[in-house]
Amino acid sequence: MQINTPFFKQRAHDALADENLQKALAKLKTGFPEKRAIAVDRMPEFEELRNQGRDLKNHIMEHLDLYLEQFERKVIENGGHVHWARTADDANQIILDICQQVDAKTVTKGKSMVTEEIGLNDYLEANGVQPVETDLGEYILQLRHDHPSHIIAPAIHLNLEDVSEAFHANHHRPKSNDPAVLMQEAREMLREKFVAADVGITGANFCVAETGSTIIVTNEGNGDLTQTLPKTHIVVTSIEKVVPTLEDMTLFLRLLARSATGQEFSVYNTLSTGPRREGDQDGPENFHVVLVDNGRSEMIGTEFQDMLRCIRCSACMNHCPVYGAVGGHSYGWVYPGPMGSVLTPQMIGIEKGGMLPNASTFCGKCESVCPVKIPLPKLMRHWREDEFEKHLQPKAARYGLASWAFFAKRPTLYKPYTRMASWLMKSWAGKDGRIKKLPLASGWTDWRDMPAPQGKTFMQAWKEQQKTKTGEQR
Amino acid sequence: MSATIKDSSTRSQTSRADIFANIRRGLKSDSSDTQRQQTVANRLSAKADNLIPARSQLPPAEQVELFKTMATEAAAELIELESLAEVPQACADWLTQHHVDQLNCASDTELSTLDWQPLDEQQIGRNERVAQVGDIASLTCSFTGIAETGTLMLHSSAQSPTTLNFLPDNHLVVLHRSAIVGCYEEAWKKLRQTFGETLPRTVNMITGPSRSADIEQTLQMGAHGPKTLIILFIKD
Repeated sequence: MQINTPFFKQRAHDALADENLQKALAKLKTGFPEKRAIAVDRMPEFEELRNQGRDLKNHIMEHLDLYLEQFERKVIENGGHVHWARTADDANQIILDICQQVDAKTVTKGKSMVTEEIGLNDYLEANGVQPVETDLGEYILQLRHDHPSHIIAPAIHLNLEDVSEAFHANHHRPKSNDPAVLMQEAREMLREKFVAADVGITGANFCVAETGSTIIVTNEGNGDLTQTLPKTHIVVTSIEKVVPTLEDMTLFLRLLARSATGQEFSVYNTLSTGPRREGDQDGPENFHVVLVDNGRSEMIGTEFQDMLRCIRCSACMNHCPVYGAVGGHSYGWVYPGPMGSVLTPQMIGIEKGGMLPNASTFCGKCESVCPVKIPLPKLMRHWREDEFEKHLQPKAARYGLASWAFFAKRPTLYKPYTRMASWLMKSWAGKDGRIKKLPLASGWTDWRDMPAPQGKTFMQAWKEQQKTKTGEQR
Repeated sequence: MSATIKDSSTRSQTSRADIFANIRRGLKSDSSDTQRQQTVANRLSAKADNLIPARSQLPPAEQVELFKTMATEAAAELIELESLAEVPQACADWLTQHHVDQLNCASDTELSTLDWQPLDEQQIGRNERVAQVGDIASLTCSFTGIAETGTLMLHSSAQSPTTLNFLPDNHLVVLHRSAIVGCYEEAWKKLRQTFGETLPRTVNMITGPSRSADIEQTLQMGAHGPKTLIILFIKD
């Protein structure tokens, strides 16, 4: 996928002016967060589940190599194949090779963010294999040559009219504005595709080391048809998804649906273990798991290891004021919202992804709803520090900070200059005490007035307060 | 083509070595670290429970009531029957009412040995095969029901093809009252008792019928899986 992260500012600007997008985002803000709150209220143990989820994920990361080895062993024991992909490129070639081995013409796909991350669809298509997205949201996006703007509700940026138009243009049926009719249309269109596909590709929410199973968590049932009907099932997932046992997987299942859609449990939680067994009348004859790294193994042992706990529920973006204002496409790559702001620089480099960790107010809401308690604001701050150390920020920001630091380190200069600046700003303000335009701060004053400093400077006020305090103590 | 396969398998091998080297470097450990190995072996063999919510540890009778409440909340239909022998009549009634003239059944002995006369009387066809596009209704057994969220657990077998659970528009499932457990953990234990170390190819946990909210965040029932899920609840 094309990387547009450096253009975050412009994209966010456009998103704010996009009426249709704003209509869609308004719905999101009340939808998922309210449903999550209700589900959490119904589960008195939720907070303790979060603590256990955090601790278990930490345990897994401390033993990641060993659990991966065990998982690999079990998949092979069950008659499946395991492939390792250090980079997106490795993953794409491995997947294409599996498809070519079975002379695949078409491939059905369940929803998978890892395949978005590696750009699988474009790669397959360029090499003569036609991918067919079967998740309703992803299907709509494929028809529109669009990309997901949310990790679990990929078409959340679209309105009914957009879907209606896309279906009308592609299905050659009378145009409808009834969501039920549109969904039935997609159901009918995809039925034959499911059966005709040579290969089915799904992601995995978790990989169970104990049994060598992968699990998908879905509501539509497309993932199940994708992995059951074709002769070959390829699971494309990433290395941090491994969990020790079925019991350990269960801990995360209790957290996942509630944090994501606010459901008690998703409709379909399906475990796949190897290819079809002797006597089975359906199910795939070949079972492959492609374990993608793409920068994750390098996060182990660093300050970003905490990010590997992420179970991709989307709670952080659902509650994020920035995501809620500008939507997922503004972020310019695959993963949006707070989790995307931490992951993206890791995957595409801080040089390109540096805008994202800066697009946060650090309000902390994301961390407070994260089912595995990832300190997202802290991790975004790490990226900002990294960016500063590598001299990647815009010159204005760097010189601004440097000159402030010069004064801040010299109190005899700092005190009179802040007094002067405060006086200057007061004189710029109108009668209402607000500044309409401020040099070097148009990013603020273009949209709102800047309140002029009132009364004394902080240093003056501090000094006086200390005096009174010491007076009182006497 | 063989050249690319070889290349692809080399890529996988090289990747594997790099990935493990990175992880072990990050953890400042190597594969011969026996303490970590022991920790992992212990966890895998203990299969210990994590926190189980109080909700799913009720006395059996209340557990059954919770199952019914949660399954209904997830939009499953519940038909209560006195015994397994009533299943054919219940199917005949439901299918007639919904103008369906064909039922595709799993071939579990429990189902195939029933007296299917009631279907014949309504001229409803019955067969035992994998599901096909266009199938309207299927009937399968379930392995257990999990009260915590009203979830059915089914698994694939020679008698019970997985497509029956997903392709037809309507899915009828037999569940015995005695098969209901409180939490998922009990279901895993039951699976291990039945199958030992190797799980069936597919284990399905199903909570209500298929749905999607991908069009304008409006919840619609019946996306790609069954539009209705009917639980034939046997009170024995």
